[in-house]
Amino acid sequence: MSVVLILVVAAPLLGAALLLLPGVGDRAARLIGVGATAATLVGAVALACAFRRGRGMRFETDVSWAPSLGLRFHLGIDGISLPLLVLTALLTLLVAVHSLWNIPPGGSSRAFVALFLLLETGTLGTFAALDLILFFLFFEVVLVPMYFLINRWGSAGERGPASYKFILYTLLGSAVMLLGFLLIQAKTGTFDMVELADRHGAGMSHGVQVLAFLAIGLGLAVKVPMWPLHTWLPDAHTAAPTAGSVLLAGVLLKMGTYGLIRIAVPVLPEGAETFAPYLAAFGVIGIVYGSLVCLALLRDPDGDLKRIIAYSSVGHMGFALLGIATLTPQGVNGALFVNIGHGLVTGLLFFLAGAVKDRHGTALLGRLGGGMYGRTPRLGALVAFGAVAGLGLPGLAGFWGELLAMYGAYEPGAGLSVGGYRTFLALAGLGTVLTAAYLLGLVRRLCMGPVGGEPTVGVDVTGPELVVWTPLVALTLVAGLWPATLLAITDPAVRALMGGS
Amino acid sequence: MPFDVQSIDWLAISPVLAVAVAALVVLLADLFLEGARKAVLPWLTLAGLGAGLALLVPLRADGDDARGTFCSPSGCSYVVTDLTLVLQLVLLGSAFVVVLLSMPMVGADGAEGAGDSPEVPGGEYHFLLLSSVTGAVALAGARDLLTLVVALETLSLPAFALVGLRRDGRGGEAALKFFLLSAGATAVLLFGVSLVYGSTGSVHLARIAGELDRLDPKLTHVAATGAVLTMIGFAFKVAAVPFHAWAPDTYRGAPIPVAAYLSVVSKTAGFAGLLLVAGIAFRPYAHLWGPALAVLAAVTMTAGNVAALRQTDAVRLLAWSSIAQSGYVLVPFGTAAGHGEDLADTLPAAVAYLAVYAVMNLGAFAVVTLVARERGGLVDDHRGLFRAHPVAALAMAFFLLCLAGIPPGLAGLFAKVTVFQAVIGAGTGWLAVVMAVNVVIGLYYYLAWTARLFVVEAPGTPPVAGSEGAAEVRTGTAPMPLPLVAALVLTGALGVLLSVAPQLVLHVLTVPGLLG
Repeated sequence: MSVVLILVVAAPLLGAALLLLPGVGDRAARLIGVGATAATLVGAVALACAFRRGRGMRFETDVSWAPSLGLRFHLGIDGISLPLLVLTALLTLLVAVHSLWNIPPGGSSRAFVALFLLLETGTLGTFAALDLILFFLFFEVVLVPMYFLINRWGSAGERGPASYKFILYTLLGSAVMLLGFLLIQAKTGTFDMVELADRHGAGMSHGVQVLAFLAIGLGLAVKVPMWPLHTWLPDAHTAAPTAGSVLLAGVLLKMGTYGLIRIAVPVLPEGAETFAPYLAAFGVIGIVYGSLVCLALLRDPDGDLKRIIAYSSVGHMGFALLGIATLTPQGVNGALFVNIGHGLVTGLLFFLAGAVKDRHGTALLGRLGGGMYGRTPRLGALVAFGAVAGLGLPGLAGFWGELLAMYGAYEPGAGLSVGGYRTFLALAGLGTVLTAAYLLGLVRRLCMGPVGGEPTVGVDVTGPELVVWTPLVALTLVAGLWPATLLAITDPAVRALMGGS
Repeated sequence: MPFDVQSIDWLAISPVLAVAVAALVVLLADLFLEGARKAVLPWLTLAGLGAGLALLVPLRADGDDARGTFCSPSGCSYVVTDLTLVLQLVLLGSAFVVVLLSMPMVGADGAEGAGDSPEVPGGEYHFLLLSSVTGAVALAGARDLLTLVVALETLSLPAFALVGLRRDGRGGEAALKFFLLSAGATAVLLFGVSLVYGSTGSVHLARIAGELDRLDPKLTHVAATGAVLTMIGFAFKVAAVPFHAWAPDTYRGAPIPVAAYLSVVSKTAGFAGLLLVAGIAFRPYAHLWGPALAVLAAVTMTAGNVAALRQTDAVRLLAWSSIAQSGYVLVPFGTAAGHGEDLADTLPAAVAYLAVYAVMNLGAFAVVTLVARERGGLVDDHRGLFRAHPVAALAMAFFLLCLAGIPPGLAGLFAKVTVFQAVIGAGTGWLAVVMAVNVVIGLYYYLAWTARLFVVEAPGTPPVAGSEGAAEVRTGTAPMPLPLVAALVLTGALGVLLSVAPQLVLHVLTVPGLLG
């Protein structure tokens, strides 16, 4: 029984409950948001400090919830979930601080804060859950808050369809995923993720494993999102308010790849082996496709800055999928690193895109014009920093994950076609070049060139913005320069999970 | 044959008796009380239902043995098992909430009308309601076909009158439609019962199952036809497609609390009957009715959800949604063939779902009743409810998300997981996929409704300077009637309780020998 972990998961929920009390004013609501998320981050950091590396779960809680259903309230974290837990807590705190000054019109700020707090509980719970049904439950918790964030505070005109697309798509995914979970339970008699991972698929025939992996994989692939199931993502990102975009990219997308690593691959090894090449192929297609779309959007005067970043997410998540699909510890470590790097970098990019949109009233490239270096040099520099971090420049957070994923693809796990994976590797390499092309093109388009577009805005980075963005920039550098700190945490857990030595 | 005085286990039938006696008391009180004193009638009704609920306690404490009464050598006609008690708890509790819902609507003396809706006469209303509940409660304990039919008719006949009680054109039409279709269904049911009796020589459920096992092969077709027709009779009651045509119009034409009654109490009773005949009497034919009900479940949920997408009227939407929910309840029945003869693993999931469904659907009806009083019966009339009644709006959001089955509506989510578990365990994969798709379709309209609750601007047309006052009236911040508050609190608290401690309901899944 670990009270701290439960408190970390429950703190945002308590904050949201506090907001329900009558008489909470606008200012107080925003402060409660910051307080609850700060408390969560403190708790998460405390967990990280007390965390002993190595195999096995830490801070476990395991009590029966609904015995008739086989549901247990089983929480715990290991090296795979800890970094994601901290990332979630950090990004949500930044969003809360950001919301002290920026809540778009659409509804009361109380509701806005309560919704992203609920969202945080859902994601933290997902990363800490060790029971399949509990995982599913937390997985679903995020749906309604995110729907309302997009539907109510999103950009007018797009938010309605985008929000429905988001929630219906992902609900369909998670419903199918639930079927997979129940199939596992029907054959093994347990929902316990630790025990199931230890069994390595014992008790399930090949056919059952394939079927269950298909169901679970489909559900998670929608969330990842994997090409061709990604179509909800660009719309959701484009329509969502800045806070929603940051949380969507930085936190929600991680739940898909995390689920693959935590559940689908270790629990269903034979299913994973069957589908790994497809996962890898779809991942690589996502990488190439995402960058090609970005290149096209860059040329389009109606190309939306947020849409470009959204498609770049499809590409990054393609690397994570490729890493997982190698079924090697290197690849999976790479996927986790991609997750963290993407969370930091894309979180930063969406904050920047939001800042640009706030200043210019539009995020369309054609109307933004260029010359950001001239008008707002610091903002321009940050955009350039985010872009080069996104393209995987060595020394920044985006680099190591992609490298490890591709390294894993060079020598994929036993039973996988080496030739096929090296082809994927080559295509992924092509994808990195294309990614570099569009991100540099973006910098050229936005930051350089003559001052154009309307209206010309001169406000550079403000103090509050600096407060929010600095941690992301700093951590991007830290993760890029000292990748070993992160890998030392993830690697033992990954090796334990993959059954290797 | 010597005349044998039957010994009757009065405690076993006491919940039924309590309600029946209350019905008579209300009828007499209505005759002798005058004017404002008739306001006591709803309280008498509540007391009767409360007494019925209270009498479940000693029966529960009685132990695990089933108590049978009205026994003959071939079996008992009325048996109290855990299943009976669970169903009676749901039925009586739901009826209790329905009475609370109707209290603001029912006139004290039938003369003065509050609001623009025609008043419903209080004495008749409560008498009919209690009579109908008597049938429902008796049905849960019935263990022979004749008692089942009689109980079902006791449930249905007063219900026709309840639908038409508000003497306007729409109510009459709804009642007539309900009556005609229902009478047809009863005829089919009786025909089925007679075939079953003819081929097996018994009306007792347990005995029928035994006889079916060693039936003369020449009679199997007759018996199977009888079984199917009997089950169709109950399928009508639960508004399974294609026997659903009466439901939307009847719900819409009836007073809203009566619609709530039909969609919860009447439906639960129908499922109780289906559960008894399918799970006990026709157990040997599970390979026949299992796949048939699986198809029925798939069609019912799909048709209900798709039709609900297009509804703009709140009650009509709930009617279609409750058809869809019937489909979910039917799913455990549909998996029966996969389980061979052992139905105890799947059918209890239907009971658990029904119990949760009763709570969340009544909660939704409570808010619809409230909004219909103040604004109107359209889904659009719920726009911005959060500003006028924050608590009611939050409760409504909770109930709708429960019906949709996603957090924070955990009670509904657990119920759906239970049903999914039953299907997957039985290996009826296609039905699980159909249901998964349906859950997504359902989410669309539940969520669209939920979103309307929190819309910021005032309901209706864009505000014009002159209509400021009118908008204020329509937004209505008048205090809610106390009975409605009580109904909301009751259903809301139960919903939250079942979300936090689902085991309370899910316990039925693991009760040994639930089907007796």
